[in-house]
Amino acid sequence: MEYLYFPGCTLYTKAKNLDEAGRECAKVLGFELRELSNWTCCGATFPLAKDNIMALAPPARILARAKEEGGTLTTLCSVCFNVIKRANRLIREDSEKREKINTFIEMDYQGDVRVLHYLEILKRDVGFETLKAAVKRDLGGLKVAPFYGCMLLRPSEEMEFDDKEAPTIFEDFLKAITCEPVDFPYKIECCGAFQSVGAPEVATECAYSILSSAVRNGAEAVTTTCPLCQFNIDSMQKEVHEKHNDFPGIPILYFTQLLGLALGLPVEKLDFGRNDVDPRPLLKGKELI
Amino acid sequence: MGRVGVVLCSCDLEGAPLFDPDVLTEKLKRRNDVLPLVYRSPACSESGVEAIRAFVEESDLDRIVVTCSRPELFGPTCMKVLRQSGHNTAFSEVIDIRPALASVEKGGLKEAAEHVLDLVERKIDEIRGRVPSRKEKIPFTKRVMVIGAGITGITASIDLGNAGYEVLLVDRLPSIGGRMLQLSETFPTLDCAQCTLTPKTVETGQHPQIRLITYSEIESVSGEVGNILVKIRRKAAYVDWEKCTGCGLCQEKCPSKVPSEFERGVGLGKAIYTLSPQAVPNKPVINREVCRFFTKGKCRVCEKVCPVGAIDYEQEDTFIEERVGAIIVATGFDLYPKEEIGEYGYGDVPDVIDGLAFERLNSASGPTAGEIRRPSDGHIPKEMVFIQCVASRDPERYMPYCSRACCMYTAKHARLYKHKVHDGRAYIFYMDIRSMGKGYEEFIQQGVEEEGILYLRGRVSRLFRDNDHVVVWGVDTLTGKKVEIAADMVVLATAMIPSRGVKELAEKLGIKTDEYGFLTEAHWKLYPVESGVEGIYLAGCAQGPKDIADTVAQGNAAASKVQALFAQYRNSS
Repeated sequence: MEYLYFPGCTLYTKAKNLDEAGRECAKVLGFELRELSNWTCCGATFPLAKDNIMALAPPARILARAKEEGGTLTTLCSVCFNVIKRANRLIREDSEKREKINTFIEMDYQGDVRVLHYLEILKRDVGFETLKAAVKRDLGGLKVAPFYGCMLLRPSEEMEFDDKEAPTIFEDFLKAITCEPVDFPYKIECCGAFQSVGAPEVATECAYSILSSAVRNGAEAVTTTCPLCQFNIDSMQKEVHEKHNDFPGIPILYFTQLLGLALGLPVEKLDFGRNDVDPRPLLKGKELI
Repeated sequence: MGRVGVVLCSCDLEGAPLFDPDVLTEKLKRRNDVLPLVYRSPACSESGVEAIRAFVEESDLDRIVVTCSRPELFGPTCMKVLRQSGHNTAFSEVIDIRPALASVEKGGLKEAAEHVLDLVERKIDEIRGRVPSRKEKIPFTKRVMVIGAGITGITASIDLGNAGYEVLLVDRLPSIGGRMLQLSETFPTLDCAQCTLTPKTVETGQHPQIRLITYSEIESVSGEVGNILVKIRRKAAYVDWEKCTGCGLCQEKCPSKVPSEFERGVGLGKAIYTLSPQAVPNKPVINREVCRFFTKGKCRVCEKVCPVGAIDYEQEDTFIEERVGAIIVATGFDLYPKEEIGEYGYGDVPDVIDGLAFERLNSASGPTAGEIRRPSDGHIPKEMVFIQCVASRDPERYMPYCSRACCMYTAKHARLYKHKVHDGRAYIFYMDIRSMGKGYEEFIQQGVEEEGILYLRGRVSRLFRDNDHVVVWGVDTLTGKKVEIAADMVVLATAMIPSRGVKELAEKLGIKTDEYGFLTEAHWKLYPVESGVEGIYLAGCAQGPKDIADTVAQGNAAASKVQALFAQYRNSS
């Protein structure tokens, strides 16, 4: 199996630990991630204004290129996934906009590339049963709260990813890699998104609600698929501490890091040093590293 | 065989013709088996009706076809005129020309005429081909079947019984009373629902003209007005109702306690049960899905304790056939399942219940004997949240329509709660308050002003369980503020939807349903309880959401329609 891989900007910089572990795990699981050539920014947000065609040019170019290079397109970052998948659908279903966009990007793309998130590859193409069988390092029921955020799930009729109110794919994934998923009501809530730039106090409160709910429900760690979520609930924990002294802190891991750990990858490939709240004490305590 | 008369009305009810009638007359005149009558101003006008009467009386016509653009309005009147003129209408029809004109451009009167001609000729050939099923005149049966024994069906049955007609009252539940039997008190008077209803159910059960056919479903329907043959499946109760005295010992001793549908999941029932201690008829049935004997093969406790030997595990469904002259369909409503509402937890959050479940908690005969205790731990809730318009007025995801009764019953719920839990707080999230019944607005205001119910105008985006609270995330759009309430219990006023199986029943009866499954009346305004099929009437929430006062009015209306129908056949039995 081979997939065209669109890393996106963050995965080359801040979220290297999401990217590298993802690539390494693919090798272990026997599928290839061929990096899309000449990729650009995904557009970063799906335009909210209906007539903002311009913002659709970057994802359209990415998709048209994926079509040329022939393959299913996959991403690790939830935001990229959201923008590309929705742009793809719009191009497929709205002939007027399709024509406009194609004229603008000077390419001819019909919206027919398959776009999958890495988690969907694990679920549909690899299969959670196969994944379970590939586990080399038993994580011993590590209690992990899956934080979906919003981008994977909404708008559900466009994303067609999972039930928007009660998703389960992340939990099923965690079970397959021998973690114990922790259900918590904030798993589908907003991480604070870009408020961390303009109104950090808002994002801090979001992070506090999410993380304290995860801790209350017994989580030892939280996992994400999204560099923006990761930033808000990992990097912002300093600010959360400043406002809420009682907050104990909790490590936040990318799902590919947990996957790599379970598949027995060497620890240096998992780059735990990049996580702001160091997960290594927890993992050492559990004798997982 | 005589000629077929064709009445051609080309009117569109707005004065402009829809087709050129001369084209049709030309062509129809060439057939010697057809006699056309063109009426240029609306045939449904007084002069039009007189012209039709004269046409029928003066010509020897065997069968008649009338073209019309609104047959649902003119059809019944026209048929009556034909009958009054001495015409046997068994094979005559008022046909709808609108479908034939769908593809015709406006103003293409000649082309339109060709389409109508095609339609008319096909109809002529069809009705000429029909042969009377019997030579002798079919007697008109003056008996009525009422399907659905809720307050609507009961009301109609009592009216018709009092008028001297024999009534067969059918319900799929073991006893009569329907939804109203589940209610605690009713708005705007806060009368006890059972106290209001029980005299009615008893009257129905005792009425010499009314026969109850409960625990039964309609299997098939055939025939036409005055002569409708209905096949009914009498479901196996596994109790011989002839022998049963209704002593209740079997229910008392039955060891299976299961969540009861009647108690809306907030209370338990037995595997052998009646719906209430005052059930009419007061005869139990066994739910074989949960009965220990049927599921595990041993138990037979009810059989052992029954003093008259009425238990019969071998009983099977039986079928009966009844001939009636008219049918009233009053099959009522269900609530939109909260299990399908993801933002409110797919029915998985304990202490989030629907309106009918709250009625049961409030009811003196309910699982808590009328004390407000939440299902999860039996505690008395101090923070109560009521959410209106759940799955109603939500065209994107659920039902676009207003369910009409929820504003009032939610106000009633909050007030009843405050009457019982004085130190409790009641919040109501609403979109608008629709209280346009007699005494309704005053009822709402009293709740707000005297009982301190807090109305918050806004929707609730999500609720979830956190510890032993139900966290409610909403918005107050009047202040523009987000609202978070750690509630002890939440009541969802979920949308009214047609009761299960109505579409299938409507198909058997040959009547129409709308896109949501509510039965379609013959006309929005003028024929609210007619189905469009002669002899079949509708009433109550089967036709659309409404409150008890309106549903009773419709029950009365349907009954009076049947009496008027029967009065037209004075000489029949």
